[in-house]
Amino acid sequence: MSKQYETVIGLEVHVELSTKTKIFCGCSTEFGGAPNTHICPVCSGLPGALPVLNRQVVEDALALGAATHCHVNRLCRFDRKNYFYPDNPQNYQISQLYLPICHDGWLDISTGGGTRRVRIHEMHMEEDAGKLVHDEWEDSSLVDFNRSGVPLIEIVSEPDMRNSEEVIAYLEKLRSICRYLGISDCKLQEGSMRADVNLSVREVGSDVLGVRTEMKNLNSFKAIVRAIDNERERQIELLEEGRQVEQETRRWDDNKEYSYAMRSKEDAKDYRYFPDPDLPPVYIDEQWMARTNEDLPEMREEKAARYMESWGLTEDEAALLTDSRNIAEIFEKTVSLCGQAKKAANWLTGETIRLARETSVDLDHVSFAPEHLAALITLTDKGDLNNQNARKVFEAIFTDDADPEIYMEEKGLKTVTDTGLLEEITDKVLSDNPKTVEEYKGGKTKVLGFLVGQVMKQMKGKADPGLVNRMLTERLVSYKLPKNDD
Amino acid sequence: MGKIVIDDQVMDNVEILAKLSLTGEERAQAMEKMQEILDYMEQLNTLDTDNVEPLVNLYDRGNVFRDDVIEDNDIKSEIVAGAPKQKDGQYMVPKTI
Repeated sequence: MSKQYETVIGLEVHVELSTKTKIFCGCSTEFGGAPNTHICPVCSGLPGALPVLNRQVVEDALALGAATHCHVNRLCRFDRKNYFYPDNPQNYQISQLYLPICHDGWLDISTGGGTRRVRIHEMHMEEDAGKLVHDEWEDSSLVDFNRSGVPLIEIVSEPDMRNSEEVIAYLEKLRSICRYLGISDCKLQEGSMRADVNLSVREVGSDVLGVRTEMKNLNSFKAIVRAIDNERERQIELLEEGRQVEQETRRWDDNKEYSYAMRSKEDAKDYRYFPDPDLPPVYIDEQWMARTNEDLPEMREEKAARYMESWGLTEDEAALLTDSRNIAEIFEKTVSLCGQAKKAANWLTGETIRLARETSVDLDHVSFAPEHLAALITLTDKGDLNNQNARKVFEAIFTDDADPEIYMEEKGLKTVTDTGLLEEITDKVLSDNPKTVEEYKGGKTKVLGFLVGQVMKQMKGKADPGLVNRMLTERLVSYKLPKNDD
Repeated sequence: MGKIVIDDQVMDNVEILAKLSLTGEERAQAMEKMQEILDYMEQLNTLDTDNVEPLVNLYDRGNVFRDDVIEDNDIKSEIVAGAPKQKDGQYMVPKTI
């Protein structure tokens, strides 16, 4: 290939807020109810019904704006975006065009290629549409308005990304911020985070933007990566053949790994926006702004840096601990209780993640008392629990928030430290396994593991394997096999 | 911006956008009325508004919000029942992809 091309990508990201109610009415936003069980005259578009804005939506948008260094329009308002589609009962979507709540922010993202600042053009509040299901039998479509009116924030970036790696880094950062703010769970697969990719290519060195396409229906990070790489190739191919890229919307089919142009309707893209007369403007004063800024939590990157700095954790540990704000909070409380950052980190990055995965529990929803984890760490430090039994106790903490001390006593997991008993059992194991002892004496020291296992078995797991190991080794030095008289 | 003239081309577009199907007489009438409205706007545009505070909304007495509290109703099935066709509690509409 003679020419070198650069990819230019901008994103429109929709984040579904986790408010209890919809943006303009008191209907529940709960996901998965029977069709049309969370509807009212407002969100089903009945004539005469009047929308009233949910304050929480404004709070959430302001928090996200503050976390992404946006400017806030002290006066913002809603506009009607007019189009006909059965999932849109009013024949307009209430959105913001002329005076969106936030504008001109940025996010710094890090990839293998370094750090890049992605500018945010604007951010606005709007309502989601209903859901359409195709009815095979009747050859018609069925409409469910449960999702109609669920609040969304749309975040529009500038075309500042250059490859799929940067796009994923941007989305992950945005998702982390939303989850830390508690405003959305941002699950691409479930549609609570949706990304449309605007992509164009140009020759390296050019500062003129090429013709862009918009890609929709990207339901996973993997699909986004594949779609970006595929669209880049498609556009370059067109240009190399001396043809032109059409400005159009394309729909990605992840099974076929191909995007196709969505039929451009004769009335394409004339939404005739105008201010919604049913909704008064929103005023955001200094006090409100100040309160929003005060309430901003420490974000993931600052947290991770602090963990490495204060407690000497590795980058990987800090990254795993701060992935979920919930886990990070359990960690910090545990450390403040027992002072053992490294050990707390081990439990939370190892067993916790393993158990959460096994039981399909979201890390944001893991809930046990930090006091219990701290107590477990103290018990292991004292030598009351060996590693194996500590894991059993932790499992009980993870699933039932069990008190480790009580659980340990009830299940009889406490390590026996009575050396007299241990010696007795050690001797018994040695005399019961003369062949193994002989092998050991003959230089096959690997069999020690078997002997340790036998002692642990006799102790029903309630011994410190390290101690047993040491005792056996010592004992074997002077140990004489009993004479065989036969 | 120059004066907008409602000619046949503009009217065709309006009919498509607003999903209207008008008879010849209705169409002529609509074109005339729309032209009148636009002419009036044109007239408004000639006013000097340099020293007039922009009006955002006729109701402008501060913020109007709802708290994020669920309000249920018992007319959900009635709402759906108002649609011309329904199936299994859903609105039935012509096939749409």
